[in-house]
Amino acid sequence: MAYVSIADRDHEIEHHDPETFITKYIWSQDHKVIAIQYGGLAILIGLVGMIMSSMFRLQLGFPDTFAFINPENYYQLVTIHGMIMVIYLLTALFLGGFGNYLIPLMCGSRDMVFPFMNMLSVWVYAVSVIILVVSFFVPGGATGAGWTLYPPQAISPGTPGTDWGILLMLISLAVFIVAFTMGGLNYVTTVLQARCKGMTLMRMPLSVWAIFVATILGLLAFPALLVAAIMMMLDRTLETSFFMPAILQAGEVSNYSGGSPVLFQHLFWFFGHPEVYIVALPAFGLVSDILSTHARKNIFGYRMMVWAILAIGGLSFIVWAHHMYVSGMNPYFGFFFATTTLIIAVPTAIKVYNWVLTLWQGNIHLRAPMLFAIGFIFTFTHGGLSGLFLGNVTIDLPLSDTYFVVAHFHMVMGVSPVLVVFGAIYHWYPKMTGRMYNETMAKWHFWLTFLGTYSLYLPMHYVGFLGLPRRYFSMGDTAFMPESAVTLNTSMSISALIIAATQVLFLYNIIVSLKKGEKAGPNPWKATSLEWQTPSPPKHGNWGHSLPEVHRWAYDYSVPGQEEDYIPQTVPATDVPVGRDHGVDH
Amino acid sequence: MYLTLIFLGVIMATVITWLLRQTLNTQPWVSQPADDAVTGVSINTNTKTVALTVFLTVATSIFALFISAYTIRMEEPDWRPVAEPVLLWFNTAVLILASIAYHWTRNAAVSGVQGRLKPGLFVSGALTILFLVGQLVAWQQLNAAGYYVERNVANSFFYLLTAVHGLHMLGGMWVWARSTIRVWSGADADSVRLSIELCTVYWHFLLLVWIVLFGVLLST
Ligand code: HEM
Ligand SMILES: [Cu+2]
Repeated sequence: MAYVSIADRDHEIEHHDPETFITKYIWSQDHKVIAIQYGGLAILIGLVGMIMSSMFRLQLGFPDTFAFINPENYYQLVTIHGMIMVIYLLTALFLGGFGNYLIPLMCGSRDMVFPFMNMLSVWVYAVSVIILVVSFFVPGGATGAGWTLYPPQAISPGTPGTDWGILLMLISLAVFIVAFTMGGLNYVTTVLQARCKGMTLMRMPLSVWAIFVATILGLLAFPALLVAAIMMMLDRTLETSFFMPAILQAGEVSNYSGGSPVLFQHLFWFFGHPEVYIVALPAFGLVSDILSTHARKNIFGYRMMVWAILAIGGLSFIVWAHHMYVSGMNPYFGFFFATTTLIIAVPTAIKVYNWVLTLWQGNIHLRAPMLFAIGFIFTFTHGGLSGLFLGNVTIDLPLSDTYFVVAHFHMVMGVSPVLVVFGAIYHWYPKMTGRMYNETMAKWHFWLTFLGTYSLYLPMHYVGFLGLPRRYFSMGDTAFMPESAVTLNTSMSISALIIAATQVLFLYNIIVSLKKGEKAGPNPWKATSLEWQTPSPPKHGNWGHSLPEVHRWAYDYSVPGQEEDYIPQTVPATDVPVGRDHGVDH
Repeated sequence: MYLTLIFLGVIMATVITWLLRQTLNTQPWVSQPADDAVTGVSINTNTKTVALTVFLTVATSIFALFISAYTIRMEEPDWRPVAEPVLLWFNTAVLILASIAYHWTRNAAVSGVQGRLKPGLFVSGALTILFLVGQLVAWQQLNAAGYYVERNVANSFFYLLTAVHGLHMLGGMWVWARSTIRVWSGADADSVRLSIELCTVYWHFLLLVWIVLFGVLLST
């Protein structure tokens, strides 16, 4: 090997590693263990969310067939599915999982700056997950209010789970926010203050940039959810009237008066829209690094990518009301929010062009992580385009609350980030475990998931156009739904089940490869960023006795005239081995 | 939402401008010796101060959102303003004194005057507790006057805002308790200096928040 990696540099490092099983794997303060705890728990609860979706897809595809699904638990399943996927899976996995794992390693730090708080963060997150799960087993069951939890119906009799379910949901969210804030303080401070020598901000891999900005978004946006949750809890328990208007409940006049449901919508979406970018930005970052590594090319327009991340972050706070076009807002507001919404498409599109241009004339290796990354470009572009439809008020009005919206946000926030999650897990699997996953199985996993999601969500746009409303237990006989659309619904359900079943491949692969996988070595992808220059899996303290020093950005792939097609960030300009074909441009 | 928007606008503008300044005029693809020498510390202070600053932003965002919600909900016709108890003026004065006391303690810690730490911490803590008790008494007075939480949303907001502020104070008291215990068990000024300094900032912050909240409550 041409480069001496940190991995081979010191064998003699003695860190006071945690000794017992408990301090090593359970109450661990090591960011890598915490990352895997965060990620593992997120994937576990994500599987629950996936099984839920299979269950309600059964109802949608085959109405009146399955007795175990009734309107009540249908709504509960849909609600908790949405909540789990957006918050407890994706947010936790990207920031708690990948953020924790990659930030210190990519920045060249030994750990997060506040390891104890980091440990608290994961355990508080676990508590929030437990509360969420418990809510299924309390009297009345989990809430069935839809993941947006709109009042008044979220806390009015008739909706499932108005006794305890909704309370536990709100408490669980509040607890999650506490966990997130503890994690977030760590991520931001670590990126700002604990990078190694030579790691200027503009030498950070895009993964770090993206997770960093997503964390800032989260820190500023989650408070809105917290505020809304607290006020809704009071409406539910003390019968205050923050959100609840005077209404009849079960035929009786309630104690509520004058509350403003639209206020809740403002608060919710003030959180909700930045939230979609809290999930999307880390996906953008990870995908950039995967593409560049497996195409053996520097990322196209690095600075532009960073600026786009910043621009998207800033803009994502001023578009929230595009979720509320049908709430009866002033047309000028509608105009304003449509404009900002369409503007945010510009930096987003820049990123897409840059990914594609990174592939241009690259030396593309179609390994599983790369397949997932390229798949992401497709699904994300599709989702982004349907977003442009919805961003226009006049087009949105008929489409709002139809399956078109469901298709849009699943393309853009369901499928796309999940493809990145898989790609990133395969990409960093050798680093995290020291072993390779099974490539063939991973490729099958990709194609089945990718084609499966297309066969599920493309038709969904179409039934949305036909006017099929979302959040209906069953449609019965409706004049505007032709027979063919009903058949389509069945086929979508079958796709959903196939996709769900496919994920067994993934689980099997990552579990069995832990023991059976080939030994990976420190740098199987010949990647440049710091984490690949240390042993796989990295030891406690990450770097042995001396911290790494950085001499270049993370994208020196295929530099002309060099012997190897990559130069690690740790290699000084003077030490780059020159190839025999020096000076020949290829 | 205007308030929150303005607040967020300012935060985002600051963050983005700051970050942009780091990214302009760089050529990341060139391996420059000047960059090699850069340490990985972006802000010239310690990590705890950075974390506190970030946390204060989060807390400000919570209060700004509550106030936004307040101003939006206020527009509805059922709003009946609360007659704030006079006691709140007294509480405000107490909180100002607590802030001053903390600052005095901080000065002692910074200049290493060991002898002033104990009385300083004691007085700041006592005043803060007095403030919290005062707030509880104000609640009781309101309740006794018939301003129940659920009777009108203006009342609900009053209890809610004061409670959230009080909880933040309690959180601060936890850190206060830790430094106090350390000082009583013989820690020297230098080892508690940072914790006292940061608490002082936090106390000033909560004083400012309280003044804003009180202003909003009084004026509506
Ligand atoms: C090009 C950029 C985008 C535009 C113009 C856009 C526009 C919209 C609009 C107007 C709606 C509201 C539709 C309605 O309810 O009637 C919507 C819904 C949604 N969008 Fe996007 N979007 C974009 C990108 C994204 C991204 C990147 C994500 C996530 C990663 C996302 C996630 C969502 C979600 C979750 C919803 C639906 C929430 C719900 O009602 O349950 N969007 N989008
Ligand atoms: Cu949105």
